[in-house]
Amino acid sequence: MNATVWITIAGLALTTAAIKAFGPVVFGGRDLPRALARVIPMLAPALLTALVVTETVGGSGRSIVIDARTGGLAVAAVAIVLRAPLIVVVLSAAVATALLRALG
Amino acid sequence: MSVPPAETAEPPAGTVAQGLRIGIPYAMASFLLGLSFGVLARPVLGALATIVMSIIVFAGSAQFAALAVLSAGGGALPAIIAGSLLNLRFIPMGIAIAASLDHRAVGRAMRGQALVDASWALANRGDGSFDIALLLGSTLAQYPAWVLGTIAGVLAGGVITDPGALGLDSIFPAFFLALLAVELKRPGARLVCALAVVITFALIPIAPPGVPIIAAALAALAGLRR
Repeated sequence: MNATVWITIAGLALTTAAIKAFGPVVFGGRDLPRALARVIPMLAPALLTALVVTETVGGSGRSIVIDARTGGLAVAAVAIVLRAPLIVVVLSAAVATALLRALG
Repeated sequence: MSVPPAETAEPPAGTVAQGLRIGIPYAMASFLLGLSFGVLARPVLGALATIVMSIIVFAGSAQFAALAVLSAGGGALPAIIAGSLLNLRFIPMGIAIAASLDHRAVGRAMRGQALVDASWALANRGDGSFDIALLLGSTLAQYPAWVLGTIAGVLAGGVITDPGALGLDSIFPAFFLALLAVELKRPGARLVCALAVVITFALIPIAPPGVPIIAAALAALAGLRR
């Protein structure tokens, strides 16, 4: 039980809540400018793409690492194209990654 | 709870119950992610702190980032900053849902707490508005799964020592790819995706973790071309 751990947890809980509240509180209750209504739906593909990339090739520190996760993602992509249910997509990615690691 | 009226007949307003149902597959993935967090975090944070963190923070990528800093012997401040950088994407996400929230400031702040990636993407109607009931329902499915997954991971720590050996670190990207696949059906989304790939790859080697993700939000400006 050390203080660093608990300070981190409390601090991250507060900042997370504040960050999640920011947009709704500051920008809420107003109509959107027309241009923004065309940009906002495109935030999802933009942010999700960035999450896929960083979670697949992000290394510790500022590095790009191609490893078993890339193979796992390729298998996930095939499962998605085959219209597999989400749980099958994520499990096949995990199994493929685990197998690649076991073999490599 | 008020659901914003659908402007045309096509996007019907969802209910919280519908959101819960749609959220179930995402909740299963959250459980597995929580499991890997529990396994990795227990030796560093201790069992109680690991579970409390998932209960009160409820932000997977931020928790993993803060854990990585603490595991490396870093202090509380760098850990909070690392986690917050990954959370910064909730600012554009929150701005995106803001116009769909017709509540007072406190009510809007509370509903903002339901922002998680999957729920937000599911609630995207594609016309600039968001289905808030669907967002709340889907998060209500994922929150207990995340917490229970963490508890299961803490308990399973003796059996599973290396979640990497089980490939559990591939669950996050596969999960996001499945959400992305749905979004790519929207007109113009492929160009945005391609731009986001370029921005993210360019920034990973030079910017702190989290920054490439929010910078990639700029790719959404390509939506103005239509």
